[in-house]
Amino acid sequence: MRQYETVIGLEVHVELATKTKIFCGCSTAFGGAPNTHTCPVCTGMPGSLPVLNRQVLEYAMAVGLATNCEINRYCKFDRKNYFYPDNPQNYQISQLYLPICHDGGIEIETGFGKKTVGIHEIHMEEDAGKLIHDEWEDCSLVDYNRSGVPLIEIVSEPDMRSAEEVIAYLDKLRLIIQYLGASDCKLQEGSMRADVNLSVREAGQKEFGTRTEMKNLNSFRAIARAIENERDRQIDLLEAGEKVVQETRRWDDAKEYSYAMRSKEDAQDYRYFPDPDLVPVVISDEWIEKIRAAQPEMRAEKLVRYREEFGIPDYDAGILTSSKKMADMFEETAALCGKPKKVSNWLMGETLRLLKEQNLDPEDMRFSPKHLADLIDLVDAGTVNSTVAKDVFAEIFARDVDPAVYVEEKGLKTVNDEGALRKTVEEVIAANPQSVADYRGGKEKAIGFLVGQTMKAMKGKADPGAVNRLLKEILAQ
Amino acid sequence: MANVISDETMEYVGILAKLELSGEERQQAKKDMERMLDYIDKLNELDTSGVEPMSHAFPVQNVFREDVVTNTDMRDAMLENAPQRRDGSFVVPRTVE
Amino acid sequence: MDDRLELSALALGRQIRERKISAVEAVQAALSRIRETEETVHAFVTVDEEGALRRAKQVQQKIDAGELSGPLAGVPAAVKDNLCTKGLLTTCASRILENFVPPYSAQAVENLEEAGVVVLGKTNMDEFAMGSTTETSYFGVTRNPWNPEHVPGGSSGGSCAAVAANECFFALGSDTGGSIRQPSSFCGVVGLKPTYGTVSRYGLVAYGSSLDQIGPIAKNVSDCAAVLEIIASHDPKDSTSLKRTDLDFTSALLDDVKGMRIGIPRDYLGEGLDGEVRQAVLAAAEVLKERGAEVEEFDLSLVEYAIPAYYTIASAEASSNLSRFDGVKYGYRAKDFDGLHQMYKKSRSEGFGPEVKRRIMLGAFVLSSGYYDAYYLKALRTKALIKQAFDRAFEKYDVILGPAAPTTAPRLGESLADPLKMYLGDIYTISANLAGIPGISVPCGMDSRGLPIGVQLLGNCFEEKKIIRAAYAYECARACRAAQQGKAVEA
Repeated sequence: MRQYETVIGLEVHVELATKTKIFCGCSTAFGGAPNTHTCPVCTGMPGSLPVLNRQVLEYAMAVGLATNCEINRYCKFDRKNYFYPDNPQNYQISQLYLPICHDGGIEIETGFGKKTVGIHEIHMEEDAGKLIHDEWEDCSLVDYNRSGVPLIEIVSEPDMRSAEEVIAYLDKLRLIIQYLGASDCKLQEGSMRADVNLSVREAGQKEFGTRTEMKNLNSFRAIARAIENERDRQIDLLEAGEKVVQETRRWDDAKEYSYAMRSKEDAQDYRYFPDPDLVPVVISDEWIEKIRAAQPEMRAEKLVRYREEFGIPDYDAGILTSSKKMADMFEETAALCGKPKKVSNWLMGETLRLLKEQNLDPEDMRFSPKHLADLIDLVDAGTVNSTVAKDVFAEIFARDVDPAVYVEEKGLKTVNDEGALRKTVEEVIAANPQSVADYRGGKEKAIGFLVGQTMKAMKGKADPGAVNRLLKEILAQ
Repeated sequence: MANVISDETMEYVGILAKLELSGEERQQAKKDMERMLDYIDKLNELDTSGVEPMSHAFPVQNVFREDVVTNTDMRDAMLENAPQRRDGSFVVPRTVE
Repeated sequence: MDDRLELSALALGRQIRERKISAVEAVQAALSRIRETEETVHAFVTVDEEGALRRAKQVQQKIDAGELSGPLAGVPAAVKDNLCTKGLLTTCASRILENFVPPYSAQAVENLEEAGVVVLGKTNMDEFAMGSTTETSYFGVTRNPWNPEHVPGGSSGGSCAAVAANECFFALGSDTGGSIRQPSSFCGVVGLKPTYGTVSRYGLVAYGSSLDQIGPIAKNVSDCAAVLEIIASHDPKDSTSLKRTDLDFTSALLDDVKGMRIGIPRDYLGEGLDGEVRQAVLAAAEVLKERGAEVEEFDLSLVEYAIPAYYTIASAEASSNLSRFDGVKYGYRAKDFDGLHQMYKKSRSEGFGPEVKRRIMLGAFVLSSGYYDAYYLKALRTKALIKQAFDRAFEKYDVILGPAAPTTAPRLGESLADPLKMYLGDIYTISANLAGIPGISVPCGMDSRGLPIGVQLLGNCFEEKKIIRAAYAYECARACRAAQQGKAVEA
């Protein structure tokens, strides 16, 4: 078989984190009952007109600047015409001719080293509504709550050559956008969606092969699998002497298979033209500088600061900054308790363990920095010992309990009553003559068993250090 | 210069515009469209090289709304005119997936 | 007929303020006039008797309480049926919207209501404002009140006929290629299309969005200026709405054209122009000249390219604007269909009339892959050239004067047979929409068949006041002359 190279470009749709839709004052909040976040504009009522949400433009500019794009000083909106019930006007307002950003790129790193993936353009557009299919009645229900939610579409150059590069690109893009606060970028929930344009060509060939566009990719795993699958499908076609057809395909992740989305009624001739209901956007240098100046601290800057300001090791800083949510949690908690290294230990240790155990993303963390900071203070004050603290943290992680209240209610405070502790220690010594003999006979390790027995008798609410000291003191007598 | 619109083109435009014209109406529409296109071809007499296409007659630009929720729940009003509705939604023939 | 129905809107408003007539009486008079006239004229798609009377009572209470004191408070008016009216059927004279009741009103309508105007009902029009005769309405033709064998013009034919027949004191229309000015000239009323962006388009069911503009249709120039002053406003809901600070249009009602430079495009007087219309329009120019205006002929150029550019742009925008009518959210849905796409096709094919379908198809074609540059962009470039031609003309002239239409109102049924010929009738009005400039049509005589002729005055962008002033001065001179002739006859 001949050698083939895979050529991949991505079209990434990102839902922006605005409060309102792109062209009307309806809320973008998730979870409303069907059509409760709609108005004449986003249901395409006759006579309604769109007005651009300024924040959408500023988020798009911010993403463009953070991905090294040029900002078009004069940009416009165009109508993309096609009939489908999720699209109430039967045209989507998008940008074809003069998109907001163009010619950028970001650096990615894979096992094969660093490379830059070019960004062809970024444009703004409106999302479509949702269709819910009713098998019984043979009909579909249309909900326009998502209709008009702002999106940016980031179109890469065909610069990627493997699934690994695609994942690295998406990861990097996601991190940048999350850091900007422009979107939460969740693939599963659809706030980040990637369409894969893929072609293959014989190694050494200059021209690109015919490409297909793959849709409905809802996870990094689905993307990787779809790339493998489509690559093999195209190579098989070429090897069999057939041609790849330029088409849009839909990935079915359960069946690990894609099929062409073709129909006679789907002419794919969108008749784009400038939307006469919207006016051009003219962007000044001052405006761009204002957006640039307002850019939050990005990951590279944080890495340096964590090392220099907090003395966090590079490896730990890398993990703490690998998600915006984690970095925010670290910084806010550290600011509250003033103990960055201890905060880092809690996040790197227990937090990551719990996230992994429960198969969650850092974005899913729901507890407040205040409660973690309080817990760290409680440990430092000796109010709880570190074993109890882990149990308390699990409760903070799960239900965001207030540690002070929780410790009080559950009676988890370390017993600092010397008399009570001495009494328990004496009981343990009396009950374990063999271990006492072993210790006195020179087996230092035997004291560990006695400490354990004492802690058990104290129901964990003792300071293990204090128990150790007391045991040694009494046994030495 | 006479424009000739083929039956395939009429069919294609029908798909784009979601219009289905029958026999006589279709023939008439085809004839009208050919005449209109012949007439529009008159624009080719004009030299427009170097002229920027003008969407709006005068330069209004940068019109924005601020990102503030101004709409309350208007669902019932939005659904009031729907030919078919159920469970707070518009109902359409099942879309093929 | 109640004599008071012949009052101008401002005169009626004054009588209401002076308690000589109540808002309810005015509405009752208009409604009774509508009842006796509609059988012949058919200017309305919907008459809202109950709503109008209820509203008149409320308005009268506010007037009595001193809360409403505007010049048109209590005055009954009609609104073209492509302007959304909350709770009142809005059909665009199309089957596809035969049952559409908007949950909101157009901003222009809201402005009227705030000023205390009482909306009597919705006027007939060419379906989706596509036409020049009001014959393409799904609800039947409107007839010209001057001669019911003739059309009222269009597309705002219902509004113009209703004003001419004294069924209302003024009306709102919309003008995409002459749809206010041409029927105004056919019906012997005054109609004004403002500068694009002066009246909010929010709630106007779009035909050609970059060309559409709402404007007043009234019995005289003063009423027109007063109505425009009310409906014009900056609207944050319409991105193309302008922030103007010169909306005091009635301040331009000055009987003085001394030194005003008026140009008559030779291109508007050539082939295709009816002799009687030509004579009447030139006589109107002569009147202004006698009043001290400097009048001369000039070459505007590019006139013959306006129609093909217009039909390309308007059809393209319409094909997209009208795609929302699909049987899903509102309006007509076909009864029997097999699946989604057939539902779309049948609903639209049964819901739209032939002229609308013709323009949608043409629009879809000129935007389709491979044709966009050759047709659509070419038309937008032509539009730029036409705008430049007007810019040059307005360097020399304050006002451009010409006919509003090549002929007087044609007979019913004469126009639709040959659409292209019908389109050519828009030749004098269309350029103003392409260039975004204001224009007004004012009655200037009658042809030998007793049908009205209108003279059109065009002004530069934002210069409504100049055309209002010229139109007002002309109207005064004409009234004065008529009075003198009356005296001469008596003598």
